[in-house]
Amino acid sequence: MEILNLEGTEDTPKIILDKKNGIFEISGRSLPEDSAEFYRPVLEWIAKYGSEANPSTDFVFKLEYFNTASSKLILDVLSALEDIKGMKIHWYFHEDDEDMEEAGQEFSELVEIPFEFKTY
Amino acid sequence: MKFIYDLHRTMMSQNLILVYQGDFTQETTKSILAMAERNIDSSGEESNIKRKVFNVMVESLQNIVKHSDELVDGQTRSHAAIFLIGREANRYTIMSGNPIRKVNIPKLKESLEKINALDKEGLKELYKEIIKNTTISEKGGAGLGFVDMARKSGGKLEFEFPEMSAEYCFFSLKVNVPREATE
Repeated sequence: MEILNLEGTEDTPKIILDKKNGIFEISGRSLPEDSAEFYRPVLEWIAKYGSEANPSTDFVFKLEYFNTASSKLILDVLSALEDIKGMKIHWYFHEDDEDMEEAGQEFSELVEIPFEFKTY
Repeated sequence: MKFIYDLHRTMMSQNLILVYQGDFTQETTKSILAMAERNIDSSGEESNIKRKVFNVMVESLQNIVKHSDELVDGQTRSHAAIFLIGREANRYTIMSGNPIRKVNIPKLKESLEKINALDKEGLKELYKEIIKNTTISEKGGAGLGFVDMARKSGGKLEFEFPEMSAEYCFFSLKVNVPREATE
């Protein structure tokens, strides 16, 4: 499967989705002008991955900040991941960022995927 | 040219650290965020306060980009809106103003009043309720901006609609972010 690799910018996150090397990570800031458009390739990649997924997948979210339009798309990403067997979410937050911790907890209540919370 | 000095004095007396008036786009949003961030960083603000302020700024600026109504007055068309940040000893205030067609006020007012009637738990429930059921609108919003601002603020959203003309009001919004931990 092709690797999806997007460099982070001041308003979009860095994204690496690499099946072969088992790297699945969204990190940085997410406040794009058009969040649906920005996350479209991510959702398409996950849909493809779902039909040929690795036995287990550790999907990392290491976000510094995201806006509300992105939060809806993050939920869409999580919902897409929900159907894949062996999925686990690693939700990172800065140790004094209780809002990011709470956001992760809320997402974990909205989807049926195991979440592990970690500080960085 | 006395207005220059008057404007300066107003900014000082209102504790404003940044004022921008003009057209709002994603590009101006990024520039304003970068400027405000530098200012807040250089003041040595605590990072959790800074993040909350940044959060409210983004939602406020993107609201203007997406929802500010174009002002049409005869031959003149204008998108001009205003964005301000104030810093006082105990709080930051994030303020914005943009033209809104009078017909669009009732719906906006209703959603702001609904949010202001909720406590912390109620806002959390409303957030989850909306995010589960919403789809991204044509304008690119998720309908979560005001709820998120209220949650980050921990206080009420202050708003007014002073009249501009027969057709327009000026939607003025003020969101406070306390500088001390509230819990």
